[in-house]
Amino acid sequence: MNLTQEHTLDWRTAARNGLLGGTIILYFGAIGMVSTFSVRNMVGTFLNLGQILSIMGAIAAGLITGRTFLKADQRAKVIQMGALSGLLAGLPPLILIIMGTLVPNSTMFVNINAELVEILTFGLGALVGSLALIVVSGLMGVLGAAFVLLGEKYRKALINALLWVLLLGLFSENAGTVLQKFLGTSAVRWLFQNKSLNPIAAIIIFALTFAFSLFGVGNKGKTKIQSLPSEKQKQLRLIYIVLGLVFALALPWMVGTFLSQVLFIVGLYVMMGMGLNIVVGFAGLLDLGYVAFFAFGAYTMGVLTSPGGFTGGILNFWLALPIAILVGVTFGIILGFPVLNMRGDYLAIVTLGFGEIIRVLAYSNWLAPIIGGAQGVLGIPTPSLFGFRLGKPEYMYYLVLLGSLVAAFIAARLRDSRLGRQWMAMREDEDVAETMGINLVQTKLLAFAIGAGFSAASGAIFASRLQNIFPNSFGILVSINVLSLIIVGGLGSLPGVVVGAAILVGMPELLREFAEYRLLMYGLLLIVMMLAKPEGFWPEETRKRELHAKEDWDNNDADAEVVGAAD
Amino acid sequence: MKINLERLSWVDVFLWVFRVVAIALIIIGIVNTLSSGKYTSEQWGTLIFAGLAQGSIYALIALGYTLVYGILLMINFAHGDIYMAGAFTAVFLADKLATTGFLAVHPWLSLLLLMLLASTISMLLAVLVERIAYRPLRGAPRLVPLITAIGASFAIEYTFRGLYGPGFHSYPDVPPLMGDVNMGTFAVPRVQLVVFFAALVLMVALYYFVERTKMGKAMRAVAEDKEVAMLMGIDIDSVIVITFALGGALAGAAGIFNGLFRPQGVYFFMGFVPGIKAFTAAVLGGIGNIPGAMFGGLLLGIIEALGPNLFLEGLGIPAANQLKDAIAFTVLVLILIFRPQGIFGERLSEKKA
Amino acid sequence: MAAILTAETVTKRFGGLVAVNNLSLEIQHGQIYSVIGPNGAGKTTFFNCVTGFYTPEEGKIIFNGHEIQGLSTDRVTRMGISRTYQNIRLFSNMTALENIMVGEHPHLKTFWADAVFDTPRFRKEEQQALAEAQRLLDFVGLKGLGDHLARNLPYGAQRRLEVARALASQPKLLLLDEPTAGMNPHETGEMIAFIQMLRDKLGITILLIEHDMKVVMSISDQITVLDFGTKIAEGKPIDIQKNPRVIEAYLGRGAASGLTPANAAAN
Repeated sequence: MNLTQEHTLDWRTAARNGLLGGTIILYFGAIGMVSTFSVRNMVGTFLNLGQILSIMGAIAAGLITGRTFLKADQRAKVIQMGALSGLLAGLPPLILIIMGTLVPNSTMFVNINAELVEILTFGLGALVGSLALIVVSGLMGVLGAAFVLLGEKYRKALINALLWVLLLGLFSENAGTVLQKFLGTSAVRWLFQNKSLNPIAAIIIFALTFAFSLFGVGNKGKTKIQSLPSEKQKQLRLIYIVLGLVFALALPWMVGTFLSQVLFIVGLYVMMGMGLNIVVGFAGLLDLGYVAFFAFGAYTMGVLTSPGGFTGGILNFWLALPIAILVGVTFGIILGFPVLNMRGDYLAIVTLGFGEIIRVLAYSNWLAPIIGGAQGVLGIPTPSLFGFRLGKPEYMYYLVLLGSLVAAFIAARLRDSRLGRQWMAMREDEDVAETMGINLVQTKLLAFAIGAGFSAASGAIFASRLQNIFPNSFGILVSINVLSLIIVGGLGSLPGVVVGAAILVGMPELLREFAEYRLLMYGLLLIVMMLAKPEGFWPEETRKRELHAKEDWDNNDADAEVVGAAD
Repeated sequence: MKINLERLSWVDVFLWVFRVVAIALIIIGIVNTLSSGKYTSEQWGTLIFAGLAQGSIYALIALGYTLVYGILLMINFAHGDIYMAGAFTAVFLADKLATTGFLAVHPWLSLLLLMLLASTISMLLAVLVERIAYRPLRGAPRLVPLITAIGASFAIEYTFRGLYGPGFHSYPDVPPLMGDVNMGTFAVPRVQLVVFFAALVLMVALYYFVERTKMGKAMRAVAEDKEVAMLMGIDIDSVIVITFALGGALAGAAGIFNGLFRPQGVYFFMGFVPGIKAFTAAVLGGIGNIPGAMFGGLLLGIIEALGPNLFLEGLGIPAANQLKDAIAFTVLVLILIFRPQGIFGERLSEKKA
Repeated sequence: MAAILTAETVTKRFGGLVAVNNLSLEIQHGQIYSVIGPNGAGKTTFFNCVTGFYTPEEGKIIFNGHEIQGLSTDRVTRMGISRTYQNIRLFSNMTALENIMVGEHPHLKTFWADAVFDTPRFRKEEQQALAEAQRLLDFVGLKGLGDHLARNLPYGAQRRLEVARALASQPKLLLLDEPTAGMNPHETGEMIAFIQMLRDKLGITILLIEHDMKVVMSISDQITVLDFGTKIAEGKPIDIQKNPRVIEAYLGRGAASGLTPANAAAN
């Protein structure tokens, strides 16, 4: 495949990239992402997220084409081929314009309508707008290709600066509330207008971040640390941990109530992620019914503490929490038992079925006298500590922070223990692991039970924060959410869980108006991650170390081949 | 088998307890229900026919799972959504046919058109998913394609949500399918019989395709041993594509049958639950086994139709019909505990695969 | 000498195929016992029966006085049998030391809660386990390679690492499945010496599957020859070399007489 591509590296490659990029935009337009995203202004009122999305295809196509030609040592052709890619990337979206113009109110393709045409044509009308779209796409293709020709230093700086501007523009509302405390109201008012970045401010930020990263502040520090003796490195790491903790403690007071609530939710997912990471990342068991344990925790907390509930609220939060965890662990063992000597892919579907059974049961009249059926459990009290009600999200954030830290600590300790090695061995090769004397069922059960415990704890805290819980909070989507975040962060990686939760839970909470595309993004992300970056964004530290070890051995690989061939 | 107490591990003990309890509950439920005499045999008959119609739809979807599993040893998690894609797309054509009056004049032609459309859409989508999400990962650790399959499942669902909107749609009534057929002491809705027999025809056709045609033989060869098949000059890639296409086409047809059988509830998430249930059916019959999937589908349909009244009411569970979905999943768990290779599956080797 | 492993009329079928047919053999303490035979003769299947991976349909396998047929693999291992694989099966994404430490599993006692609370017991045991793994690594001649990923080790080192992992469970009986496969003559020589050292220094009984007749003839105390799952000969190397049925099984009917299997393999 690769060979033939190299041989026919000509305008056809560029055309293919362009059409592919354009088709992706066609897809985004048809499912309504372009229209929905255009609600968010990024810079001023003239650049919104939808527009950025609709030219993304051309930029990406130009970039990829440029890189391909550069790699093939055809530097001279980079710009013109980029332009071709860009121009062609403008063609597929024309289908949207045509359809939207001919049938402005389709009952079938609900998102291909006059509004979409308006966005794609820059409000210039179908004919002129279509031409404009192609021209702009061509230009973007050129920009994408030209980017490849820059030196690496400039490229990095450019990406850095663009990211800053885009992120600040995207989250201008939230950034505003945070920055208000440091810069004062008037400065923030100037920075962010109409829920977007002030154009002048955007240019200034761009220039500043560009300059900063160009004259390198960040990179030197890193290499310096690595050159330090290991004793010093340890001390430094300790300092970093302490600083990180102080930061985490101060965080809710810096960002305000709304963002604290977001942090709280991220924390819940970090707890769950730590648990599922043990099950999937360490032990290699794909559990898609993970939400069941979250539900057990939440319902146990609800039933035991709600005054209007089945028990009339006999316990307070602190007494109910360990019971909730225990219930989760118990059900983890009970549910785990029959399924754990099944092969991996069966396990996935059976656990998925479990999740559904739990949901069906939660809705049923049968169990309604205890857990309230469709009405759910209402009036769960907020936890209080020494008579102090943890009513605000800031306080609940501390609770969930503590929970996450405990979960991370337990996960880290187990990973570096005999049990961790057992899990890893099982993940690598189940049969051989058993031949090493490892009792597979017991080992899997431990992973399942511990994971269930974390999830149940998370659910219990969730219930006491929300105060009312309903069966529809415990759907398959929660399981998929947790699974996605540990995969995006890096399977088996503890910091990866936090990174994944921040990206996949935190960001969507801030971008509520795009909620309907959240799961689409997760689905696409799972595919793309597995295809392009299966180790995740923040892989395990050992994995990194191991990759270094590999480099050392590259020299010896030749010997190995000789040995292998000698027979 | 000689029972040696010393050798029994606590895991085995627990599994045995689980098995005994499960069987006891089922028997108690059946005995209680039957002895209460609450339902007549005609009512049971009605339920069984409804179960057969529903089961034949499961069977058609299950074939897709089984075909792909037989060849790639992977669960095409997105198959339920491939089924949805055809049904969801064709509902717009059905609507158009109904409002223009074409459906009333040429009902059978209309049904054929709908089936063609749904099958084509499902087929194309199945092939597309294979190309994008599975093919590049062939030979990767098992967990990897499974994760992309889950990703594909959600991507498809929400793509169609974006395309056609989040609302519910329903299939129009087809005049010649209305009414009942008299079966002596009780009546069966005509649509159920039509769906059942049409599905049967498709299943038999598939069976002959796999058993008799050259492509079918190639498929079986690839299922048996990929490397040897490759040495024999079989193009593995095209066999896999055909497999996905076949599975998709059957799922698309199943979508139309489902639309006739229960016209409401056509929306982007409609494939999720039938997907798991069809997978259950495939496992029930023995995954990788084509007649097994057919039989498993029908059996699951009947169990599900009878289950709430037969097992659950006898155990004193109120509003047992709410738990209908849970029955199928319980069947899945039970079958994997009692007979993981399924009813028709061969016991390859307990630990091999 | 008492028998450490006795197989009594063991039969294993796969559907209609009889992979091991009515096999009986007896391995004495401290022996190096080889099972040889053409491809598909049922040698590895027999190994799998001994380690509990397969359950034989008929017959008994007795290890140190206990019937072990049908026991799960992990229990067999904990009784003192460990093995290596024909096609090396290391935990390839774990380091060499981690691989060995997994092998030590049956002898580690701490509970998982010990790990969470970092009890002195846990720390001591982990230290000992690491030291023992280091020692085994040195023992098999892989000193200093402990932090490398198993899959990045050269072929010969992977074979040795697999042996080290098998030794980590402190077995009484070690099953080696073609330990010299894919090795050059020099490495093969080293492996022969190494196997003999295992027996002489550690007193481990060794059951060996091997294709290389030079290896088999030079180190075996006793040999069983399988063909189509059935034992066709048993005896000391010198007797096996002369056995006409063995020669026939290896070279086919009507092959030039006078050729010993050893010569045949060398050709």
